[in-house]
Amino acid sequence: MNSELRIRTPEGIAFSYQLAGPVTRCMAWGCDLLVIIGLSIGLGQLAAVFGLINADLALALSTLAYFVVSIGYGIATEWAWRGQTVGKRIMRLRVMDAQGLRLQFHQILMRNLLRFADLLPGCYLIGGVAMVLSRRAQRLGDLAANTVVVHIPKHAEPDLDQLLAGKFNSLRQFPHLDARLRQRATPEEARLALQSLVRRDELEPEARVRLFAELAEHFKTLVVFPPEAIEAMPDEQYVRNVVDLLFRPRGAAEKKPERATEAFAAARH
Amino acid sequence: MIIDLPRFITTERPSWTELEVVLDRLQAEPGRELTLDDAKRFHFLYQKVSADLGRIATFASEPELRRYLEALTARAYAEIHETRERGRRFRPLHWFLTDFPRVFRRHLGAFHISSIIMAVGVLFGALAVTLDEEAKEAVLPPMFANHLGDPAKRVAMEEKATKDRGAGQHSTFASQLMVNNIGVSIKAVALGLTFGVGTMILLFYNGIILGLVGIDYILAGQSVFLAGWLLPHGVIEIPAILIGGQGGLMIGQALIGRGDRAPLAARFRALGPDLATLIGGIAVMLVWAGFVESFLSQYHAPVIPYSVKIAFGLVELAVLVWFLGSGRKNDGAKTGEGRA
Repeated sequence: MNSELRIRTPEGIAFSYQLAGPVTRCMAWGCDLLVIIGLSIGLGQLAAVFGLINADLALALSTLAYFVVSIGYGIATEWAWRGQTVGKRIMRLRVMDAQGLRLQFHQILMRNLLRFADLLPGCYLIGGVAMVLSRRAQRLGDLAANTVVVHIPKHAEPDLDQLLAGKFNSLRQFPHLDARLRQRATPEEARLALQSLVRRDELEPEARVRLFAELAEHFKTLVVFPPEAIEAMPDEQYVRNVVDLLFRPRGAAEKKPERATEAFAAARH
Repeated sequence: MIIDLPRFITTERPSWTELEVVLDRLQAEPGRELTLDDAKRFHFLYQKVSADLGRIATFASEPELRRYLEALTARAYAEIHETRERGRRFRPLHWFLTDFPRVFRRHLGAFHISSIIMAVGVLFGALAVTLDEEAKEAVLPPMFANHLGDPAKRVAMEEKATKDRGAGQHSTFASQLMVNNIGVSIKAVALGLTFGVGTMILLFYNGIILGLVGIDYILAGQSVFLAGWLLPHGVIEIPAILIGGQGGLMIGQALIGRGDRAPLAARFRALGPDLATLIGGIAVMLVWAGFVESFLSQYHAPVIPYSVKIAFGLVELAVLVWFLGSGRKNDGAKTGEGRA
């Protein structure tokens, strides 16, 4: 089972989605089950009102309501919310076409109706095994409907100004090296350094020293700053300065203007 | 790559916004058709945003912007490269009266196999109860418990009834029948995922039950009662379950892929809309059958003469055969891509 669905467009652009694992999907299904039970009870109560007029009709409506809710809940919500149910919204999951194309109604219908085969012989055993064995974490219903369930990560941007403010950054004195660092560092490396800084207080002292030593060593191989700029600079401070260069464009530290993305976000709204 | 990010954003942002607006409009109105100029512009914007994503992709400091452009590219990609027909406005009558029978005919081979399997089950059940009376008790599920006794006694009891024993429960009974039968049909389709084996077992087992009950009444000399009881709802209910089996066998065939060089995903992609149509059609048929079974089949002579019930069943059967088969001559021109 891969953890990523990578799609490469004919234009040569690649983007990837994080596939949802069995545990997260199981939790989403648990939430949905609670919603289905709640809806069924609610509709049962509503049908009971008809009991005042006709008890037979009330019981018939109640039977049909439970059936329609249990079968139609997933279909209706995934269609209305573009591949999400209440459980999937809570767990930040989404059903997608396996090729990244537009999700069609018949795909939603099939993956929900074929769920019966995944449930066999009980507790989603076949579906769970299929998911673990599948290259794209698909249960049988997903396989037939050509869909995948992806995780939509929530990236909360840390407050960089608070994280990095008040510290003199000697590396900033070398604009050409600053530019080279921004060119050579990959997004993953940048995010790793940022996350290390954000979570530094959660680390054991020894692990913290070791981690920042490794990170500093790595970034020093990307760009070599003059020795006088990094003389006696602790590894953690070096990484902090690197993050400052990577995430705060030139001029941002001094006058606290908009970051590029903030400018972008403001412009959009 | 070194780029002036704020300038890059300022310059390119109008294109991103424009593409976002086009995508929003397309998603809000799935039936909307673009003019040639609009389509060209849409394609240009998609390529532009793709190129922007390519430029920003290695730029370490702007993961948020990269994610935004990735999401925008992914949405546009889904629209541009989608070759399946755009979701047209759903027309329920046209779907049921035209699409459903056409899809049924397109996969007629699977329906024939489904019918043969059930027919073999019927023969097996009939043979079993002829050779061994205890077979009935061993095979019939609890919901058929009222058929375990002597059929002649049951018929006599039904015909002697002076009041409507189902009074005040017809709607409930109809809903239970609909739920049960639609559930069985969905199972028949879903079990196709076991390479069709589960579907075949389900069809065969239902055939056995039908054969057991049927021959029991025939041997007891109650053929007219049986026809009057079964035909009104059975001529719709049994074909509906057979169509469920047809769907299951279509899935099994797609899984096996014999004689089809397309990859598995492509085979399922081609099958999806047809399966959805079949399942919808089955549900409509079984809602009708549920009403008929509850409100008509349960009344026997002298309340409703058997001749009337049998005639009603035969008319239904004729209409069903006409409904499912009448458009055959138009199929070739419109569904050249159909697979048996």
